[in-house]
Amino acid sequence: MPQIKSLDELRNLRQQVERDISTRRHTGTTIIVGMGTCGIAAGARDTMHAILEELRKREIDANVTTVGCIGMCAKEPLVDVEQAGQPRVTYGNVTPDMVPRMIEEHLVKGQVVEEWVVGRLQSS
Amino acid sequence: MRELSLHVLDLLENSLAAGASQIRLGIEEDTRANLLVITVADNGRGMDRETQALAVDPFYTTRTTRHVGLGLPLLKAAAERCEGGLELHSEVGVGTTVRVSFQRDHIDRAPMGDLVSTLMGALLSSRRGWDLVFTHRFDQHEFGLDTSEARELLGDVPLTHPAVREWLESYLRQGYEELYEQGAG
Repeated sequence: MPQIKSLDELRNLRQQVERDISTRRHTGTTIIVGMGTCGIAAGARDTMHAILEELRKREIDANVTTVGCIGMCAKEPLVDVEQAGQPRVTYGNVTPDMVPRMIEEHLVKGQVVEEWVVGRLQSS
Repeated sequence: MRELSLHVLDLLENSLAAGASQIRLGIEEDTRANLLVITVADNGRGMDRETQALAVDPFYTTRTTRHVGLGLPLLKAAAERCEGGLELHSEVGVGTTVRVSFQRDHIDRAPMGDLVSTLMGALLSSRRGWDLVFTHRFDQHEFGLDTSEARELLGDVPLTHPAVREWLESYLRQGYEELYEQGAG
């Protein structure tokens, strides 16, 4: 099977990123997207994709991860933003077109977009 | 759901919720036999006979947050609309296999949609310690990914690392472009 990209490239990538990984774990940002049936049906996958695109465009290093249903299905797609030392903020009904503003205000300027917040969790 | 790839993501999430450490996803498109088959096989906790019967009932779910579970019933209905069907094989402690088939050119068959986003959604799962073996066959052409190979090359660097995740996404997109080019040619 012809393949331009080869999995072996991951070996080099590993060396590049291994150095900065411990720092990110302690200071970084994690974005968590709800990906239960409810989230998927409400468009969470497209929201996740928009988040990945926006982070790439702005060259922001943030972890993105997905979780199952947490029971707030009517507010899906749900997106949590977790930053070291800050309460975890949950945004509700996050459609792809809301993503640029969420990233601009929350991640870049450090201001929570209050009107979209549906919950907060104190950092542990 | 509007795309089959969204159902695929839902199936993968089911396997993850069942505690699987190994998930095999196979997609087969056979234009000559006019068949599209999606198979998800996991080594999760499995279901007994009674639970298997309930799994396709919309008013059954293992979730504690509410009382309906629509994933499998919706997929079953989508397959049956297209002269296909959904088969469920499961054994407690061994795992679960879901096989869904569709008449490929059926007018009601939803488009495949964005499988790369589906795979990324699963690969970015917060659950650790599981591997996905994925193959997509389009007639005689094949494309796939085995995350255990990727993880071995990456060592301690997780698949969710921004640089890795971007690389994986472009790897998958490229693989798909080639698969469909070959399939069309």
